[in-house]
Amino acid sequence: MSTSTADAEIAKSASAVQIVDQHIVEIVSDSGEGAQTCGQMFADLCARNGNGIWTVEIIPAEIEPPSRSRAGASGNRIRLGTKPVTNAGDCADIVVALNEQVLYSRIDAGALRAGTVVFVDRTWAESDDADIRARYAEAMKDFNDRNYFVVEAPIESECRKHTDDPRKGKNMWVLGLLCAIYDLDRGGVNDNITKRFAKKGDAVVKKNLDLFADGYDWTLAHVQQRYRVPAKKSTQPMVVMNGNQALGLGVMAAGIEVCSMYPITPATSVSHFLATALQETGGFVHQAEDEIAAIGFAIGASYAGKTAVTVTSGPGLALKTEFLGYAVMAEVPLVVIVVQRGGPSTGLPTKIEQGDLLAALYASPGDSPKIILAPATIEECFHFVITARKLAEEFRGPVMILTDANLATGQQPFPKPQLQADWLAAPVDQAHWDEKVPPFDWDAETGLSKRPIPGQRGGEYILTGLAHDEESHVAYESAINQKTMEMRSRKLAVLQSALQPPEVHGDASGDLLVIGWGSTLGAIEEAVDILRAEGKRVSSIHLRFLSPMEPGLKAIFQNFKNVMTVEVNYSDPVGAPYITPESRRYSQLAQLLRSQTLTDIDCWSQVPGSPIPPSRILAELRRRFDMLTKEN
Amino acid sequence: MQGLRNEWEAEAPQRTCTLEDYQGAAPRWCPGCGDHAVLNAVQKLARDKQLPPEKTMVVSGIGCSSRFPHYMSTYGFHGLHGRAFPVACGVRSRRPDLHMFVVTGDGDCCAIGTAHWIHAIRYNMDFTVLLLDNNIYGLTKNQTSPTTHIGEKSNTHPRGNVLPPLNPLSVTLGITNASFVAQTVDWNPPHLFNTIRSAYEHKGTSFVRILQRCPHFTQHIFAEAQNDMSQCRLLLHEDGIPLDPQLQRLFPNRTAHNPNDLAAARRIASSEDAYPVGLLYRDPNAARYDLQTQAGLGRSQAEKMAATEKWLSRYEL
Ligand SMILES: Cc1ncc(C[n+]2csc(CCOP(=O)(O)OP(=O)(O)O)c2C)c(N)n1
Ligand code: SF4
Repeated sequence: MSTSTADAEIAKSASAVQIVDQHIVEIVSDSGEGAQTCGQMFADLCARNGNGIWTVEIIPAEIEPPSRSRAGASGNRIRLGTKPVTNAGDCADIVVALNEQVLYSRIDAGALRAGTVVFVDRTWAESDDADIRARYAEAMKDFNDRNYFVVEAPIESECRKHTDDPRKGKNMWVLGLLCAIYDLDRGGVNDNITKRFAKKGDAVVKKNLDLFADGYDWTLAHVQQRYRVPAKKSTQPMVVMNGNQALGLGVMAAGIEVCSMYPITPATSVSHFLATALQETGGFVHQAEDEIAAIGFAIGASYAGKTAVTVTSGPGLALKTEFLGYAVMAEVPLVVIVVQRGGPSTGLPTKIEQGDLLAALYASPGDSPKIILAPATIEECFHFVITARKLAEEFRGPVMILTDANLATGQQPFPKPQLQADWLAAPVDQAHWDEKVPPFDWDAETGLSKRPIPGQRGGEYILTGLAHDEESHVAYESAINQKTMEMRSRKLAVLQSALQPPEVHGDASGDLLVIGWGSTLGAIEEAVDILRAEGKRVSSIHLRFLSPMEPGLKAIFQNFKNVMTVEVNYSDPVGAPYITPESRRYSQLAQLLRSQTLTDIDCWSQVPGSPIPPSRILAELRRRFDMLTKEN
Repeated sequence: MQGLRNEWEAEAPQRTCTLEDYQGAAPRWCPGCGDHAVLNAVQKLARDKQLPPEKTMVVSGIGCSSRFPHYMSTYGFHGLHGRAFPVACGVRSRRPDLHMFVVTGDGDCCAIGTAHWIHAIRYNMDFTVLLLDNNIYGLTKNQTSPTTHIGEKSNTHPRGNVLPPLNPLSVTLGITNASFVAQTVDWNPPHLFNTIRSAYEHKGTSFVRILQRCPHFTQHIFAEAQNDMSQCRLLLHEDGIPLDPQLQRLFPNRTAHNPNDLAAARRIASSEDAYPVGLLYRDPNAARYDLQTQAGLGRSQAEKMAATEKWLSRYEL
């Protein structure tokens, strides 16, 4: 509907602020128009007020897409809630689009539904370019046909009152609009803007305050849809960041001094963060000539006493596998972070998938048992790095951390970690090494051993990837090979013996158990909670340790009539041509769990290139319950 | 813990090391293999320089030549085929205190490890690279290597190699920031030793290509050069590899060459009439990446925590 009819419509509706417990907002623009800054500031303001939030960046596929292009949308999605928010949710409630074309990329992504309130800059309706006017008009008609609630806002023309370069000002105006809609305290925001732009001088501060005020006032006068998402300020200090920043901070907090990498989306931003920050803890980021060199460099630093981290994504993991096997064989502590993206091959470089689990586990030559962790939240991204370094040193080998593009770019507040001295790596041991102790003094029970570090007198030895005995001497004897394989494998069992079974979300028994890993935690639990509220006997567990797996799984599974995984990777859909129970390829965690627990575990997995929203999981779970009811 | 020195700076007590202190497992190379001579030279250098074995480290890849570390009794890293350089760079990035050698073969360095070779030369971190070039893949039994001469037969080219060989010297001299490039031969122990010593004394990556005899597979390749000294061209300069004047005279083919003349070095490297022997190029002022990576060493735990806290606070709401 046009602005005038929209205004009339709004005027008719109650002007009272509607209380909601969660809402999803998107801001999209051509890249370079500041939608991301605006979204970021809005999210920060909400988080500061105590709202739960989850933010995702909306990133165009190209670096500089043409303006007003369908594929060019850049911006943010912010889901805010009264309670902590664990995922990006389903369709948006409100979308602000700085031109009508970028909105189409969100429509294509399935981000809108009938009834979504859409704010579009109506300045385009008055463009000098007849073609733009025509496309705008056409889009408005289309949006109405799609039953969006369209509000045409004079964004650019209002901004022109305050700045000659509205491209740089619209974001503050839109921030005003959003703050008015969500009833945020104006004074607080003003302070925030003043602080943010203080360095750029009074004129800039004033301009931004004016733009903000204009957006706020225009909205109060013209828009009657107003919401409040009640929030309670946290009593403890909170931080908000994305998963890659959390990984980076985890690297610092763990006392890791060397981050060796080769650029690859979506992992690179971990090292972007560290490239500036790590220097201040005395470390550095090494950008190697390729991923093989990156892990080789890290292993070199680790061997020399400074457990290092290498950060990559699927294609880089493929290149690292030979060295990963070396780190297992020669027992070199090492942290390997894999921020998964869509595969196979170059696949979907910027999109989420959980397709590298089996590659991480099995891609090295021979039997190469290694520890694999999967954080499920942004907060865990931070803490797992600290755990990983410790495990790498205690268990003398590589520890992999699998995250994904969803955790990499998603932002979530969490309690500010209290840094601890014992999180840091100990200083390099240069004391004399007891010459009687060999470099691989495997404990016959646990396979654990302590390693000499170059510089330790008496500990001189030659590390090798060849089969070797306790002295690290090359040894091809079958008995030695059998024993050393056993020693390296035993370490995983020892670690498992120290782990707790996973907590069951919901009742300990029921009709259906859903298993997930990684970034799907929030979406799975949200879907499960909705069904549980309806009285369905469904529970879920979420695995953090993938190798070794947490203990007690089989016992948990036995209490459920049906067990399935939900994953963001490929599995053959049941009922597709040629797909039989024998030929069907299961999703990756399901494959592992089936072989590990001899339980008939089903799977439902998808590769949409985007996080699976709770609604899709819900729909699938409902379908399963319908089937169960029919069967009974 | 303010003011704590680098963890490894504690002085080792005074002692005298003999050759045996550097000798590890008995070498398993074929009798007459040129690798023996290089091992002897390195052990002698370590003894002469009294390098503490615990502070000495040899990194290698995979190949006959890369078995080298096992025959030392220092620290060593026998790694993956082609990947000695990144490992050595990683070690050096945090360990200014170690004395480091990298041993590689012509397949290891010039085929599978080419990318790392080029970049390691550019990084110019402080270690001595010994390229044991026997013009063949030894360990895997007689396959063509990038440095195999045209027409040479091997198990992979039974009718003869069809391509001209890659020249490791001109490649290395073509890499920006190369800082030390020399060539020597395994059958002239004094020159071999002096070259490795100069390489060791150079601060930065010193690249030494050693023409290495493989009596098992390529007996004939360097036989002529060994018997006919005129097939080598001895490079002489006061800044070059020192050699006893009497030994110099054994080389009928001698050329004065100033090792800071890159253009001349490149010309000499690519000339095909004789094997240049000596120092082709040295630039003591080339940028060193290890000085960058080591800049932050020795921070105390408290300093690290304070810096992390500062960064963490930036994300505070
Ligand atoms: C990834 C990988 N590919 C192939 C091999 C097999 N391989 C071992 S040594 C070698 C070649 C060795 O030749 P060179 O580097 O010239 O050393 P040499 O044995 O002649 O001293 C090859 C191909 C391997 N170990 N690893
Ligand atoms: S095969 Fe050749 S290079 Fe290998 S040990 Fe024997 S002689 Fe030396």
